[in-house]
Amino acid sequence: MVKTDLSRLRAVIAKNRRWDLIFGGIGLLATMLGVVVLTVLFVDLVIDGWSRLRPDFFLNFPSRHPERAGILSAWVGSALVMLVTALTAVPLGVAAAVYLEEYAPKHWITELIEVNVSNLAAVPSIIYGLLALGLFVYLLGLGHSILTAGLTLALLILPIIIVATREALRAIPVSIREAAYALGATRWQVVSNHLIPYASGGIYTGVIIGMARAVGETAPIITIGALTFIAFLPPAPFTGDPPAGPFDWLFSPFTVLPIQMFNWLSRPQAAFHVNAAATGIVIIVATLVMNGIAIWLRARVRRNLKW
Amino acid sequence: MTDQTPHAVVTEPLKAEARNFNFYYGNHHALKNINLPVAERRVTALIGPSGCGKSTLLRSFNRMHDLYPGNRYGGEIRLYPDDVNLVSAEVDPIEIRMRISMVFQKPNPFPKSIFDNVAYGLMVRGERRRSVLEEKVEEALRGAALWDEVKDRLDDLAFNLSGGQQQRLCIARALAADPELILFDEPTSALDPIATASIEELVTEIRDKVTILIVTHNMQQAARISDYTAFMYLGELVEFGRTDELFVRPRKKQTEDYITGRFG
Repeated sequence: MVKTDLSRLRAVIAKNRRWDLIFGGIGLLATMLGVVVLTVLFVDLVIDGWSRLRPDFFLNFPSRHPERAGILSAWVGSALVMLVTALTAVPLGVAAAVYLEEYAPKHWITELIEVNVSNLAAVPSIIYGLLALGLFVYLLGLGHSILTAGLTLALLILPIIIVATREALRAIPVSIREAAYALGATRWQVVSNHLIPYASGGIYTGVIIGMARAVGETAPIITIGALTFIAFLPPAPFTGDPPAGPFDWLFSPFTVLPIQMFNWLSRPQAAFHVNAAATGIVIIVATLVMNGIAIWLRARVRRNLKW
Repeated sequence: MTDQTPHAVVTEPLKAEARNFNFYYGNHHALKNINLPVAERRVTALIGPSGCGKSTLLRSFNRMHDLYPGNRYGGEIRLYPDDVNLVSAEVDPIEIRMRISMVFQKPNPFPKSIFDNVAYGLMVRGERRRSVLEEKVEEALRGAALWDEVKDRLDDLAFNLSGGQQQRLCIARALAADPELILFDEPTSALDPIATASIEELVTEIRDKVTILIVTHNMQQAARISDYTAFMYLGELVEFGRTDELFVRPRKKQTEDYITGRFG
């Protein structure tokens, strides 16, 4: 009696377990597909572009001669645009998130704003480009400049920073807030002494993931009229004759890495395609390094938090 | 025995008292006409089954309810010697929280150093002088019987302490700001028996300096450490008395049933 029951039980378990195996296989395949495709793409880029990744590639301006062409103006442009983006998006995004999470009364208007912010993250980037062309370039007259590009990308990554900051704030237990309030702290003291420091891991992550996305953005930058061939650098403060003002570089024409890459790809000569591949490597490595820093920072802050 | 009003029981000076205090969570009438005297430099315990409103009443004393929408309250909680109604809308809750500290159910140190945890109440008050902070932090840690265990590692993270030590740290944090009244919200419910005993001992030590109002699930604890006990049930204060009398000769049937373990 017991014996027959046991054998039936084992048959059922074996059958159930078969599905475990089948799904395990499918899951592994799905995971590997993504990883493998990305790796193949990257390896292909490296094979194509590796020969051009020499110091002079980073120190030369673009040129008609592919072997002399470099990405100096593009990487300097990307770096400066990122600087403007970070300096605007981080304070705006963190302030908006703190306000929504800690200050705003909870009613339908704030709910509406919340839904909107989440949806903004899904708006195609070219739409941001069009908005920026109308607002920054024509209405505010900021020109096809580094400032315009930085502000445009800041708008683009604002929702990412807001969402990440809010999630980090929500992860802080109520008991910590109550402990601070119970000692007579004001809301601002709770926010500045506790919530922002404890949320900083999540905030860094959001900022860097946003920046990693922004550094590869092409469409909105083309829309606002970045040039594709730039053989000079933005004026460094207090250099040149007459000396440039401290903020003149903000209004300089510019190009960025993805645009430089796009430009080279559209040339017929194969040698330019090698340059494009090399630029692609630079962009991917920059993105990976940023994501790595985000992971490291998050782990470092988390070490001190236990909840 | 005749029915005594809570205020007739206490002949000593009062630190605070609730008078006809009512509290609502939305439409739920959580506290009904509470009258509770809190004698100065004594331990007053609030006991009762879960959901009886004892924590709600405790948290009314430092306006914690103001942090959340949908709470309403009426009546008075007077604080002495200045006789201010601390639940009135004109009184700044921040000022009340600076005068009345709180220790919570689960130890909730900040993810900062031991020193910064204890000093935070002083920092909020604008104290920045290192020497003053050091002196006050040591005094508070000694007051909370934690100094000898942590004096060599004040810069360590508070999370590295054991649960009982963390709770004593929270008591030190509450003490550092020289409060007039400390509210304890079931301070030992998350602790093991040994840590519980050390917290209880601590409470009886600091009562010489500061008035204590404590909520506890544990009737033996109330009997051990309090001078006065209030038994609450379904949002009402059923019986209030000197602890030695209430536990020996409860006047109400509900109180007797609760303290003898017939329900709760």
